[in-house]
Amino acid sequence: MPLHFELVTPARLVRSEEVYMVVVPGTEGEFGVLEGHAPFMSTIRDGAVQIYRSAGATPEEIQVRGGFAEVNASGLTVLAEHVED
Amino acid sequence: MASLKELKGRINSVKSTQKITKAKQMVAAAKLRKAQAAAEAARPYAARLAGVMGSLASKIAGQDNAPLLLRGTGAAQKHLLVVANSDKGLAGAFNSNIVKAAMVKAQELLAAGKDVEFYLVGRKGRAPIRRAHPSRVGTMFDTTEVREPGYAEAERIAEELVAMYEAGKFDVAHLFFSRFQSALTQVPTVQQIIPVPTPDTQVASDAVVEYEPDEEEILKELLPRYLKTQLFGALLENQASEQGASMTAMDNATRNAGDLINKLTIQYNRSRQAAITTELIEIIAGAEAL
Repeated sequence: MPLHFELVTPARLVRSEEVYMVVVPGTEGEFGVLEGHAPFMSTIRDGAVQIYRSAGATPEEIQVRGGFAEVNASGLTVLAEHVED
Repeated sequence: MASLKELKGRINSVKSTQKITKAKQMVAAAKLRKAQAAAEAARPYAARLAGVMGSLASKIAGQDNAPLLLRGTGAAQKHLLVVANSDKGLAGAFNSNIVKAAMVKAQELLAAGKDVEFYLVGRKGRAPIRRAHPSRVGTMFDTTEVREPGYAEAERIAEELVAMYEAGKFDVAHLFFSRFQSALTQVPTVQQIIPVPTPDTQVASDAVVEYEPDEEEILKELLPRYLKTQLFGALLENQASEQGASMTAMDNATRNAGDLINKLTIQYNRSRQAAITTELIEIIAGAEAL
């Protein structure tokens, strides 16, 4: 089962896709989110969000600045103020 | 009676005016499409943020340790009116409608004995508000250097507002902008932005959500961000409204110019004919006299 991942900025929806795992730079440490993660919310620090399309694949990195991440039943949503791709 | 040459001149000048209004109308139509797309694209973020805010704020609201931005200063004496206008005219009553809404609110507050200060965004609101309330215009935020006010501007406005709020310069802030309904209708809107009103989105989640850091910390981070999003949304709505209003106004202007040209052309033809008739009569009369 893939994880539904969305990356949103104020100006647009950057990503909305099914992935294997996403590693998010949380304020209190990085955390990886797989499918079926418990409901969770965290602010994020400036850093790279790593997107793993499949297990063991090389991650795709997207630099984000300011925002927060939310995990709920429908997947992971990262709300970032700025995104550099 | 205007001479033929004068009429010809007027017709030509109205024709060139019509060309300008027509061009402006087409530019506005193209820009409207872009502005609408931008407003569309900003919606997911705003919706998600409002959702998260709603669930967090409902947990913390009412507590004494709630962040200042949510709880308010406890007073309602000093009001800040944030008026968002455009930098350019040629948009019908777009700017004056927003200014009018702000003036009405200001009158209301002043009548109730409150203090009012204005925070003006954009160039077009300055003159009328300064004329009516010369001593009450505080900050004038300049957006003339940027093509289209975007998130960077919303960010700067929000930061300035939060700083002013924390310095105790005002208790309540209202935002005035024009909500875009269609190219024909734009609704001047008032919205309270500080203290942040709790969005009434009921998030149906009975699952226990874990927060990192705790709820209050997140909320503290979230509130300024929410304010920025609201300002950004208002700026986008304003842009779409401006282009819509401009399109309608210029369409009317083009049509009026067309009517005027028709009227002048008829007048021109009549005078031309009259001149010819007079000339003929003169010739005939001259021939008869011989």
